[in-house]
Amino acid sequence: MKLPRWFHQFGSPPYVYRLADRLCPWLGGLGGALLAVGAVWGLAFAPPDYQQGESARIIYIHPQTAYIGMMAYVVMAVASAIGYVWRLKLAHAVAVSAAPIGAWFTFCALFTGAVWGRPTWGTYWQWGDPRIMFEALLLFLFLGYLALREAFDDRDKADRVTAILAVVGVVNIPIVHYSVEWWNSLHQTSTLLAEGGPAMTTDMLIPFLIMVAAFTLTFYWLLLRRLQAEIVEREGDARWIRELVGEGAR
Amino acid sequence: MWRGERCLFEQLHFELEPAQLALLIGPNGSGKTTLLRVLAGLGLPTSGSVTWNGLAVSELAVEQRAEVAYRGHLEALKRDLTVVENLRFHAALWRTDTNVELILEELKLGSVAHMRARYLSAGQRRRVALAMLKMSGAKLWLLDEPTTNLDAEGRALVVDWTRRHLAEGGLAVIATHQPDEFAARGALMIEL
Amino acid sequence: MGAFNAVFSRDLRVAFRRWSELAHPLIFFSIVVTLFPLALSPTAAQLREVGVGVLWVATLLSSLLALDGLFRGDAEDGTLEQLLLSPVSTTVAVYAKVTAHALVTLVPLICLVPLSAYTFNIPAAALPTLVLALLLATPTLTVLVGLGAALTVGLRRGGSIVGLLVLPLTSPLLIFGTRATDLSMNGEPAAAPLFLLAALAVLAVSLGPLAIAAAVKVGIE
Repeated sequence: MKLPRWFHQFGSPPYVYRLADRLCPWLGGLGGALLAVGAVWGLAFAPPDYQQGESARIIYIHPQTAYIGMMAYVVMAVASAIGYVWRLKLAHAVAVSAAPIGAWFTFCALFTGAVWGRPTWGTYWQWGDPRIMFEALLLFLFLGYLALREAFDDRDKADRVTAILAVVGVVNIPIVHYSVEWWNSLHQTSTLLAEGGPAMTTDMLIPFLIMVAAFTLTFYWLLLRRLQAEIVEREGDARWIRELVGEGAR
Repeated sequence: MWRGERCLFEQLHFELEPAQLALLIGPNGSGKTTLLRVLAGLGLPTSGSVTWNGLAVSELAVEQRAEVAYRGHLEALKRDLTVVENLRFHAALWRTDTNVELILEELKLGSVAHMRARYLSAGQRRRVALAMLKMSGAKLWLLDEPTTNLDAEGRALVVDWTRRHLAEGGLAVIATHQPDEFAARGALMIEL
Repeated sequence: MGAFNAVFSRDLRVAFRRWSELAHPLIFFSIVVTLFPLALSPTAAQLREVGVGVLWVATLLSSLLALDGLFRGDAEDGTLEQLLLSPVSTTVAVYAKVTAHALVTLVPLICLVPLSAYTFNIPAAALPTLVLALLLATPTLTVLVGLGAALTVGLRRGGSIVGLLVLPLTSPLLIFGTRATDLSMNGEPAAAPLFLLAALAVLAVSLGPLAIAAAVKVGIE
């Protein structure tokens, strides 16, 4: 399958690098602003949940980190697949950049989940909660990917082998998610979010969505920044990089 | 062709006709093995292409792979199987019905036919690899230093078989440290 | 198909020539199963509760033990690259190797399970479900193990990393399999999780070998 011509621009490292340079201030600025607004609104001004009280305020952070973690894996898998099929080194670079970010967000999801768990269940960790189990497994998938990548000396081989792993992983994620949810429905343990989520009034919904947007923008900002670093590392001594560095303070 | 940070070779271009031989010469580590493997389809060049009969080598249809035989440093013998078992397996994969016993006789391996491969000497293992090469019936031979570990008699055998193969219209690319052994008219010399 | 038979029978023959190695996963399984009662207090009721889980986890861990033999041996003596270069479809070759491996590694393991189940006071009535669940999980497990072996075949020392890659992917098998046995122990029909295991098996067997073949090709370069 041939790619459309305009797509080939995205195969050029200098082009992508410069594009990232242009996009980052917007992503970072807007993301940062939304983070500030959403955090203050959610943590200070929104009403407390009638069931869980103040501790439910974590809903402005925890689900977002979990969602970003999953999105990162999907980005990683799609980029890997593109890189594998069309032999685009840049696509592999995107996948490599997304992996550690996804791992960190997933870890944060587990961490914020534990923080939420303390006041809710009285304990930081509850094996029965399906979301904890799922997040933990997702974290392992990320760690496995990173470990496999590190194990290869040849970067090109590492790219393609981990691409296969990422695609297999992404197919597995819905299966694992379903099986964990199914398992939970049998054991009737208490969850962080009741069936269908807590009844969110508009007061809570708006800051919730603001935070979702904020985290998403921040993720892409982080991704582009890492991608730039990855590009520089891969391109090494290329002329355009030397020109860039010579250009000015960076 | 790059391997890691090293450029092994570049601007390499050649074509091989039927009954033609190409000899790869160069010091150890110059990339002869890598080039042969790329020709076989076991790896992709960093840029450029390898084609056999007009088709990219790495995308050959399964049946067409029967036309290319690659023999590298590893002898591709299961040590726990006997020589005969190894050869019969090879014959099954390459769908030939050559008489295994006959080839073994020709290679003076009759006495070790039913011995497990782990007990063979290096020279004997090389001869079994030769048997597999012959049995494959391939048109293109890609050989990586086929005469190492062989005594004079064995070396003469390899050269003789190569000559016969070329005479029958076959092609061969051979990496070797002794190009004079194989000297043939119209041979391509590629120095890496 | 001729090629399938050739690769399949060769792999079986090679495996049996080193039959002492076939025993390793079985011994490992027995050790793991023995360690659990040592670690927990072995009252009859408690054993029955944890028994199913212990047996499943032990099976999963033991299946990792032999997986190096799947591709690494062939990679080291050069037969794997010849296999890829031969006029045989790589996917067919993968099916053959993986099936042979399952027959030689997993099936003996599953044979050990009923005996161990007895020691954990799992009622005899639940045994058929336990074995059936394991058999239904075997194709998926084989494919996952094969994938782990294929992804690491290009590494000099693949051993420790394979578990990281394969085990998280086996969690659905664990969930459905143990659930099936638990249901059967309580006298309830276990059809639902068994069907789910079967569905996973179909998915794994149809798509898995493609991924395995791709990984092997990259690893061998």
